Amino acid sequence: MIRTSVIVVATLAGGLAVYAAEISGKVSLKGTPPPERKIEFDAMCGKLHDKDVTTRHYVVSPDGGLANVFVYVKQAPAGKPASDKVPELDQVGCMYEPYVMGVMTNQLFKIKNSDPLMHNVHATPKATGNKEFNIGQPVKGMVKDHTFPSREVLVRFKCDVHPWMFAYVGVMDHPYFAVTDKDGKFKLPGGLPAGKYTVVAYHLKTHGTAEGLTQEIEVAEGDKREVNFTVELPGS
Amino acid sequence: MALQPSDISSSNPTSLPWSRFAWLTMLATLLLISVGGLVTSRGAGLSVPDWPNSYGYSMYTFPISHWMGGILYEHSHRLLGVLVGVLTTVLAVGLWVRETSGRQRWLGVIVMTGVAGLLGRMGSWQVPIFITLAALAPVAMVWGLARFARDRQALRWLGVVAFAAVILQGTLGGLRVVWLADELGFVHGMLAQGFLVLICFIALLSGGWRNRVAPGSIAAPGLRRAWWLAVVLVVAQLGLGAAMRHRHAGLAVPDFPLAYGRVWPKTDATSLATYNRTRVEATAQRPIQSTDVILHMLHRSNAYLIAAIAAWLTFRTWRDAGRKTPAGRLTTVWLALVGIQIALGALTVWTGKSADIATLHMVTGALTLVVASAAAAAMARMCRVRPAFVEPYRRAGSGSPVWPG
Ligand SMILES: [Cu+2]
Repeated sequence: MIRTSVIVVATLAGGLAVYAAEISGKVSLKGTPPPERKIEFDAMCGKLHDKDVTTRHYVVSPDGGLANVFVYVKQAPAGKPASDKVPELDQVGCMYEPYVMGVMTNQLFKIKNSDPLMHNVHATPKATGNKEFNIGQPVKGMVKDHTFPSREVLVRFKCDVHPWMFAYVGVMDHPYFAVTDKDGKFKLPGGLPAGKYTVVAYHLKTHGTAEGLTQEIEVAEGDKREVNFTVELPGS
Repeated sequence: MALQPSDISSSNPTSLPWSRFAWLTMLATLLLISVGGLVTSRGAGLSVPDWPNSYGYSMYTFPISHWMGGILYEHSHRLLGVLVGVLTTVLAVGLWVRETSGRQRWLGVIVMTGVAGLLGRMGSWQVPIFITLAALAPVAMVWGLARFARDRQALRWLGVVAFAAVILQGTLGGLRVVWLADELGFVHGMLAQGFLVLICFIALLSGGWRNRVAPGSIAAPGLRRAWWLAVVLVVAQLGLGAAMRHRHAGLAVPDFPLAYGRVWPKTDATSLATYNRTRVEATAQRPIQSTDVILHMLHRSNAYLIAAIAAWLTFRTWRDAGRKTPAGRLTTVWLALVGIQIALGALTVWTGKSADIATLHMVTGALTLVVASAAAAAMARMCRVRPAFVEPYRRAGSGSPVWPG
């Protein structure tokens, strides 16, 4: 029964995609963030870089766009993942790429080692149902499939071989989420049925345990809506 | 002939070769604790996800080319753990053989070497065996301590306690990895300190230390209590430190002597959000919570308390026991260690919790406990309340006077 209804909803959502609302926008940063710190690679990881690499707490474009903000609709109807592409958390140059990404609950995603050296992958989720795990990926090209069953913003991943390696994965129970790109821009998947919604923009370093910035919106069928956020640093 | 040696002691605990071997074991333990400290300071505790194997290899054949990053510390720590396990087994068996005979002797040797041999193979299939033996270890430790309390000359029971403790300790370290249990890291850290003190006492007692500390030579029972209070405060201090380290939140208060510019920092939600937003962590750390800040501040407060009691104890011990006595000398060393330790604590904050400084701080903390315990034990003996003079007796074949335990 449940499975049938999920398929029906999914089909409806797919069918409505042309008409349903589409939300996009930009997250800007106002204020001066603390300077990032240079990452002190060890010898083996240092060889994989010819330029300095820094921490990624505040990645800001020249025009003030804030990257790595997890933007999502607070309550939205379930659906299937926006794309058939399997999300991938890569380890490359002793860094996680991307720094922030999103998956749906129970959506399969890949954790991959693209480095010619050993990493361990240690996820420390907090939501009930999402289990902490720690696996070794000693060989280049190793891939591990994983799913998280519960919604969580955000699950931390870390490597204990290289303590500077950490990244975050947002887990949503619906497909209407995105992560801002290097210009601070985002586009939620199409197919959101007409209605009232709350859009949340969560920046880990700014918002911490708080929910983040929110905006109430009402969309009609076929709306193309721009929703912009400004993250303001106190004291600016 | 009111007092026969056999009435008091089962054997003479003095054995210089075993004392030297115990000092060697203590040195290896100190090295093990240092590397263990680096593992935690560098956040490398889970860099090898499996145990007792290492990335599927036997820990003895894990290729050196794989000892990179955090693995270098974690794997060295595991190998040093095996070394201390072997040394402790030899020490425990040696003391046992020295003090027993006949069937009792062989039974002890077979049990201890059998258990050590079984665990030494370190295969993944052994985890249940480790857990079973580790569950029995506390029983053996309590039993051993009780037997030693009844007969203070019987160091073999302290050997049994050390042997059980090393098994428990190794298992705790392994389970902390495979169960992803940060709390076990705390217990593992605390037991390490206790183990170091135990090995130190075996070394001191087998080195004839009792003969150098005359019982009842000082009439100052208050001093004896003050020394035990010092030990309790140091244990509490190590507990606070271990709790801070094993919560993996990094440096919860970044300035010293003030704390976030205040005498006592704010711990409300808004302030905590600011602390977390403004710190730029280069390594994966849990966000700071109020508990982290409070633990940090309690650790600082207790440090001041220890400094005060150290100054007072030094003054009183030098006055009442003399500077050149064992207790007086230990007091001097202890005062110096407390001073160094407070400086290292400040440096830990000022360097933004540099891994090496933080580790040195932890190791010095362990030494502070060892010296305080030894001084407290010496003072407890010297400050006996009962009539000061007890006739020493001589054991047959032993030239030196032996004081009743
Ligand atoms: Cu790594």
